Amino acid sequence: MLIGFLEHLRAARLPISIKEFLGLLEALKAGVIGPSMDEFYYLARAALIKDERLFDKFDKAFGAYFHGVQTLPAVDLDLPLEWLKRQMQREFTAEEKAAVEAMGGLDKLLERLRELLDQQKERHAGGNRWIGTNGTSPFGNGGFNPEGIRIGGPSAGNRTAVKVWEQRAYRDYDDQVELGTRNIKIALRRLRRFAREGADEELDLDDTISATARNAGYLDIRMVPERHNTIKVLMLLDVGGTMDEHIRQTEELFSAARSEFKHLEFYYFHNCVYDFVWKNNRRRHSERLMSWDLIRRFNPDWRLIFVGDATMSPYEILQPGGSVEYNNDEPGAVWLQRLSERFPRFVWLNPEPEGIWEYRQSIAVIRQILAHRMYPVTIAGLERAMRELSR
Amino acid sequence: MRFEGTSSYVATDDLKLAVNAAIRLQRPLLIKGEPGTGKTMLAEEVAGALSMPLLQWHIKSTTKAQQGLYEYDAVSRLRDSQLGDERVKDIQHYIVRGVLWQAFEAEHPVVLLIDEIDKADIEFPNDLLRELDRMAFFVYETRQTVMARHRPVVVITSNNEKELPDAFLRRCFFHYIRFPDRDTMQRIVDVHYPGLRKELLKSAMDSFFQIRELPGIKKKPSTSELLDWLKLLVAEDIPPEALHSKDGKTVIPPLHGALLKNEQDVHLFERLLFMARHNR
Repeated sequence: MLIGFLEHLRAARLPISIKEFLGLLEALKAGVIGPSMDEFYYLARAALIKDERLFDKFDKAFGAYFHGVQTLPAVDLDLPLEWLKRQMQREFTAEEKAAVEAMGGLDKLLERLRELLDQQKERHAGGNRWIGTNGTSPFGNGGFNPEGIRIGGPSAGNRTAVKVWEQRAYRDYDDQVELGTRNIKIALRRLRRFAREGADEELDLDDTISATARNAGYLDIRMVPERHNTIKVLMLLDVGGTMDEHIRQTEELFSAARSEFKHLEFYYFHNCVYDFVWKNNRRRHSERLMSWDLIRRFNPDWRLIFVGDATMSPYEILQPGGSVEYNNDEPGAVWLQRLSERFPRFVWLNPEPEGIWEYRQSIAVIRQILAHRMYPVTIAGLERAMRELSR
Repeated sequence: MRFEGTSSYVATDDLKLAVNAAIRLQRPLLIKGEPGTGKTMLAEEVAGALSMPLLQWHIKSTTKAQQGLYEYDAVSRLRDSQLGDERVKDIQHYIVRGVLWQAFEAEHPVVLLIDEIDKADIEFPNDLLRELDRMAFFVYETRQTVMARHRPVVVITSNNEKELPDAFLRRCFFHYIRFPDRDTMQRIVDVHYPGLRKELLKSAMDSFFQIRELPGIKKKPSTSELLDWLKLLVAEDIPPEALHSKDGKTVIPPLHGALLKNEQDVHLFERLLFMARHNR
C-alpha cells in the first residue's frame, strides 16, 4: 500500500525511512484520519517529514503524485523579492540597466511583473511570459513561481489544505535559498569543536565530590583537561571590483563568524590573492601584509576561508602581471596553490549562486586549483563547507 | 481521546491532526516554530483538554539526559555516612527520581512536556532514544528496570538552535507551527480578548502586520507580543484613530515598546516612518 508514493517521495530526495513510512501506514490503519485528502496530506507530512526546510519539497512531490501535475525543474528559481532585486542589479549590464530605467525603473518593472502574474493564476506560466515580454531576463527559463515574489494583500478567506500545498508556503524554509545572519550562525557552529588538550588541567569539582562520596568519604580529587575552543580561522575576503555587489552578503557572513571563534583574523584581497593582502580597506596601500608573512605567521592549524565571487578574467589568475591593480611577478594561481598547501583545511565560499558557476571560466580555474572546495553561501553550502573544515 | 483545540487555544487543522496522530500512535510529537507561536502552551492545552496532569521538563544548556531519568545524590549519602545515619546502607534512599520516571510511574496517563530540547548538548536527544521508544530504562545503582505503566503523551518543543539527530527525528511526529495568517490571528485575538472593539482590533492588526513586513527588522513581533500589546492598548483605553490617522499618514503606534524589543528595530521603525512622512 502506498509503496509508489514512498518511492515517489524518495525519488524527490526526501529522506524518508522505512520506519517512518510504516508509522504512516500504522496511523492509517488505526484510523487517525477520515477519508479526506486534506487530512491525509497533514498526516503524511507529520509522519514523514521532520524538517520544515523539506516541507516545500514535500508539497511539490505530494502535489505531483496526487494530481499528476508536472513537477517544477529541480533548479527552480523561486526567489524572494529582495533577492530578485539584488540579483537583477548584479546581472544587468549597464545598457540593460539603462533600458530598465527607461521603462520607469526597477519598481515599475516589478509592478509590471506583478500585473502579468495576476493575470496568470497558473503557477508555471507567469515567469515565462514575463521573460518573453521583457527579454532582459537574468533568470533563463521557467520555473519562476508567482509566489516567489510575495504578492501582498490578505489571504483569501477559507483555505483548504489543497491550497496549502499548492501555495507552497514553506518555500522560505528551504535551506537552498534562505540566508540570514542567524542561520549562518547555525552552520558556523558546526565548526566550533571543543577539543580537550592535555596540558592545562582544572579541578573537576562535581566529579571530585561524587568520587569522594563513592569512596566512602576519603578525598579523591579528579581533574579534567581544560576546555578550549581550538578553532582558529583565517578569513581572506575579496573586496572591490566585481565583489561590491556582494558586500552585504559577505558582511552578514562576517558578523556571524566573528562571534563564533576566539581566534579570527581577516584580511582583504582584490579578485585574487597576490603578493600582499591588507587589513584595513581604506589604507590598503599603506598597510600591507606580504602574503609570505601571512604564511609564516599562521601555522597549519588555522582554517582558511576565502570569500569571493571568483569572477574575473582568467588572466588575473594564470598570468604573471595579470592583476588589474599592479604588475604582479607571480600569477595568482601560484599563491592560491601555496596557501592551500600551507593551510590544508581551507574552503572557498562563493556568494554567487551555484547555478551560474559553470558559465564562468575563472570560477572553473579556481575550483580546479582548490580541489573543488568551493561552496555557495547558502545554508546547505555552508554546512558542506564547515564539514569540510572540521574534518 | 481526541484533541480539538480549547476555548483558550486556537489550533489549526493540521496541528490538531498531528496531535491526535501522536496520541493515537503513542509517539512523541516534536513541535517547532517561531518564538511566541504557542509551542509550550500547546502541551498545557493538550493536558487540559484531555484532563491529564502535565509534567514539564525544561531543558537548559547544562541539562543531561540522565537527570530526566534519575540522579544519584552522592553528596547526601556522604553527609549521612559521616553523621552515621542508618539510611546510608540502602542506596535506594539516594536515588532521586527525574521527570521521566515520574511520568512512567504515574497512576494515570500524563502529558510530558520536554521544553526546548535544542538548548541541550547535541548528544542529548540521542541519549533519550531508547527511553522514549520503549518507555523503559534501567537503574544501574539498584539494578531495576522502570517500565511505563501508561505511555505518556510526549510533547517536545524546539527552537531550531541545533539540528536534531535523524535517529531521534524518525521516532517522532513533527509539526511546524507557522506564523498565523490574518484569519487565524483574528480567532486567536477573539479567544483572548472577546470584548475588544472591532475598529481598534482592525487598526491594531493592520499596524501589527505592517510592522512584521518591515524590511530588515531583526526580531519580528510574534503572537504573544501582539496579545501583550493589545492588552496595553485596552488598559490605556487608546482610541483606534491613534493608530492610524485619517489622512492615511502613518503615525508611530502608541506603546510600540511591547512589539519591538530591540532598540535597533525601534530606530529603524522610527526612521522609516519619518521618511514616509516626508515623502508625502
